[in-house]
Amino acid sequence: MTNLRLYWAAMDGWTMTRRSIKHIVREKESLMMAIGLPVAIMIMFVAVFGGAIQTGTDYVNYVVPGVIITCAGFGSSIIAVSVTQDMIGGLFERLRSMPLHPSSLMVGHVIGGFVRNAIATTVVILVALLIGFQPEAGVVEWLGVIGILTLFMLSLNWLFVVFGLLVKNVETANAITFPMLFLPYVSSAFVPTETMPSWLHTFAENQPMTPLIETLRGLLLGTPIGTNLWLSIAWFGGLLIISFIVATILFKKRKAE
Amino acid sequence: MTDPVISVQYIKKRYGEHLVLDGLSFHVERGSIFALLGENGAGKTTMVRILATLIKADSGSAKIGGYDTDSESVSVKKLISLTGQYAAVDELLTGEENLQMIGQLNHLDHRTVKARTVELLEQFDLSGAAKKRVSTYSGGMRRRLDIAISLFANPEVIFLDEPTTGLDPRSRKNMWELIRKLADRGVTIFLTTQYLEEADQLADKIAVMNNGKIIETGTSEQLKSIIGKEKLELTFQDQASFDEASKVIKGQINESEKLISVETEGSTEILRRLLNTLHENQIEPVAMHFRKPTLDDVFLEITGKSAKGASSND
Ligand SMILES: Nc1ncnc2c1ncn2[C@@H]1O[C@H](COP(=O)(O)OP(=O)(O)O)[C@@H](O)[C@H]1O
Ligand SMILES: [Mg+2]
Repeated sequence: MTNLRLYWAAMDGWTMTRRSIKHIVREKESLMMAIGLPVAIMIMFVAVFGGAIQTGTDYVNYVVPGVIITCAGFGSSIIAVSVTQDMIGGLFERLRSMPLHPSSLMVGHVIGGFVRNAIATTVVILVALLIGFQPEAGVVEWLGVIGILTLFMLSLNWLFVVFGLLVKNVETANAITFPMLFLPYVSSAFVPTETMPSWLHTFAENQPMTPLIETLRGLLLGTPIGTNLWLSIAWFGGLLIISFIVATILFKKRKAE
Repeated sequence: MTDPVISVQYIKKRYGEHLVLDGLSFHVERGSIFALLGENGAGKTTMVRILATLIKADSGSAKIGGYDTDSESVSVKKLISLTGQYAAVDELLTGEENLQMIGQLNHLDHRTVKARTVELLEQFDLSGAAKKRVSTYSGGMRRRLDIAISLFANPEVIFLDEPTTGLDPRSRKNMWELIRKLADRGVTIFLTTQYLEEADQLADKIAVMNNGKIIETGTSEQLKSIIGKEKLELTFQDQASFDEASKVIKGQINESEKLISVETEGSTEILRRLLNTLHENQIEPVAMHFRKPTLDDVFLEITGKSAKGASSND
């Protein structure tokens, strides 16, 4: 009985994921933005600041991990708007009047968003290679990169589902995603944190984006990783679990209103 | 023989200070069309949402097919389908994809989903637009798709919340036709509307709602015997002729608009006599026209108050 319910919950999640993927492909502007913006940021950083910022390596190598996570953050943030739209439109009500687990709707957004993340990240890496990015990673390191990015993106996607559930209209959903997009800039993503004023330096050193970026850098370029891998897993594993639980609770609460 | 498929007893629902449903009770016969008639804000959608298991009532009980909408909601969900006030269709998907998605969510097998999709597109005159995105559909097409979707799993009870609000007159007539066809198949239809004419055209039984209460229930014939048929409205130029006229003819009097509504029962004889009476008294109305009875007439007859007059803009 439980197995059957799990089976159908998974099937419903898959149905809603396919729907989300269709949305992503058809909402061309969002997809172009999710890919185009990080690529533009990367080119700008490399071309404009590349000469001025001293990182001890080719700037393009230094900056790629930061661009990848900016890209993921941007792609994920679109989820908040889609979730809000579904909540205020009639689809959510219809699904709830049907005998199925409506959280398949959330799963659809999370996995669908992950597909968009994956497409955008691939494009970013390809463009980076074109403009001189020279990773030193072997197969194991690349698998590590994929693993840690998957954890990061899924946790971020659930977080944005939470944001989407919290707000009552699309404009607010848009606005709430904004701070997230700035977080990478006050980390070691684009400049070494030692160059920042001391208060900002303290923040940058201790916020979750920095260990993530240092882990990626280590895997891609062979710089020392230290505790950064475990810190990243703790931060984003924690975020994933908390966001998932909060999303589930909010979802039920929305039901009861 | 009565065989109620929906039984509602003393349902109350409060939002904050506002008692939205104040003890509703009614029954809906299996296979019939039931209309919940009320103005905007009367509480129609709230009642539908309770029946469709989306929200809980504060007190009272609602049963569908013998199952409680609260404690046995899973069984209820299997019997019903909901078409909300705003079309729940996915704009970015095609009509066909919308139907298939709901088919899959109903856990029907691949073949059945395909066959049923084709069948419903055909039935609802959407085959030509099957592969077009819903964002290109007209209001009427969206509504049809919305209803086609809600029929996918052959529900026994269908909720239609204001199915024609916002449609042009032609689409509205088409929708009426469609609702009648559904009823012919034996499906029970629970619809809400703001239009007396719509309830009159479609429903076997009408419940009139005002301020969270049902103020009258009956067939459309029974309601009409209360409110009468078409009315002739006579408007007068000045206060003097209006006062004079209201002495010699019988009807509903509207002081502020210098207007008298008279029932003519569709008889030219009555109409002629009426005009003669006015003529003999040397009163000429400045305007006359026939008007179909509205929901407001129902309120006026039943409660003695105009619904509009009773609300805040008075
Ligand atoms: N979730 C809610 N929270 C607070 N008030 C609500 C809510 N839903 C409905 N209402 C109020 O209940 C009243 C009836 O609403 P509704 O059932 O939508 O009426 P109708 O469908 O007849 O237009 C309205 O005054 C509305 O503002
Ligand atoms: Mg309503």
